[in-house]
Amino acid sequence: MAARPMTPQELLLPVRPGFIILTLVAALLANLLPWSGWALWLVPDFVALVVLYWCIEEPRKIGFLAAWSLGLLMDIAEGSLFGQHALAYSILAYAGIALHRRVQRFSLAPQILHVIPLLLFTDLVVLLVRVLAGADFPGYAYFLGSLTGAALWPALYYLLKLPQRPRSDPDRV
Amino acid sequence: MEHTTPPLFRTGLTPLARLMIFALISTVLLIADARFNYLTPLRQVAGVIIYPLQRIAAAPAAMGARIADFFVTHAALRRDNLQLSSKNLELAMAAQRTAALQEENTRLRGLLGVRVHVGVPSVAAEILYAARDPFSRKVMIDRGQQGGIEAGRPVADHVGIIGQVTRVYPWLSEVTLITDKGQLVPVLNVRTGLRAVLAGTGDDGRLELRFIPLTADFQVGDRLVTSGIDGSYPPGLPVAEVTQVERNTAYLFAGITCKPLAGPSTGTQVLVLGPQPGLPERPQDKPAEPAPKKKKGKT
Repeated sequence: MAARPMTPQELLLPVRPGFIILTLVAALLANLLPWSGWALWLVPDFVALVVLYWCIEEPRKIGFLAAWSLGLLMDIAEGSLFGQHALAYSILAYAGIALHRRVQRFSLAPQILHVIPLLLFTDLVVLLVRVLAGADFPGYAYFLGSLTGAALWPALYYLLKLPQRPRSDPDRV
Repeated sequence: MEHTTPPLFRTGLTPLARLMIFALISTVLLIADARFNYLTPLRQVAGVIIYPLQRIAAAPAAMGARIADFFVTHAALRRDNLQLSSKNLELAMAAQRTAALQEENTRLRGLLGVRVHVGVPSVAAEILYAARDPFSRKVMIDRGQQGGIEAGRPVADHVGIIGQVTRVYPWLSEVTLITDKGQLVPVLNVRTGLRAVLAGTGDDGRLELRFIPLTADFQVGDRLVTSGIDGSYPPGLPVAEVTQVERNTAYLFAGITCKPLAGPSTGTQVLVLGPQPGLPERPQDKPAEPAPKKKKGKT
């Protein structure tokens, strides 16, 4: 068995809690943007993405309470059943926290392979809840958002890591 | 003597236990909301928290529209102007005719002793965004309790009925479109005067008429307007147009598909119509029924 390829780990500054909150609010804002038409199917659930990112990267700084309350806010904004996103995000947070040691070790491409099933599973939870409550299956386009979300993962990864990177020349302040 | 090692790191409950707790709370909320509609106050509070975000998120689109408005070309303005003035002429003629007819109608109605149809009061509002929920057809508008909006009010745009207010927050309300699955509108076929119930299918741009006998006179192209017999939609507002009539004798009812005339795609300005004035009392003032039906109370 081949040895695991070691990716060089960079030294990062500790993340500031304020930044986590800022990104979560920004994700919520992105979800509330007035998308319409086809974009509505393609647009990923930004809150789910960012929650998953923080659960994987900083599982001790973000927890179920944050994921759950963001879910409640999403339910209000969408006018959907109260608690469906809360449930889905809690499960997503659990998956992120449970898998964080594993996913952190991987480079970006295999990370995406972890993110896709997690996001699809979140979709599936919401779908199950709604179908139990009497809705129809909205068609397979429903799952497209998760795929675009996974495609956005590298960009998100780069962006959210940005404030943690030490400046190239520490003398310059 | 047994020693338990003191925990090196205080971590609290395990993630799985936490997941169980939060999943349980979510499930309780789901059931309370789906089955019993208990959570209106909680929705109101969370609605206030999220309101600024909703407004901020809706701002760029509004700004974009304003910028687009600013850069309208001269040619476009001229074309619009021409179109509008010819339209104006048409409408002016129609209005004169209508005025005469209305006067005549009022007189005749007075003779008949029928209540005069009065225009219903309305509140103008703007669609902020369409809800992302792929399972329902809903939009949020920028007026709420503070704007005097109540649940159950019909919402129309310049073309016709688009839906009904289903939830009211302090400054926003949620409008369920007529295309939402299970949303019903009582309608009237303008050509024949037949009444029917129009039901949403959950599919944008498709409505269906339910329980129409095979022999009923519906043709492709028939226009459907609200019949007003439910007391919440005022009568006479355009709703839909019949696009397909299927008469299969294997079924009891004809399959009639319609397409909505209005919708959030035709514009963002909407009117929330007020209650109809002078409606007769609801018949529940009668002596109590022997077996009261268990039904959601609609006030």
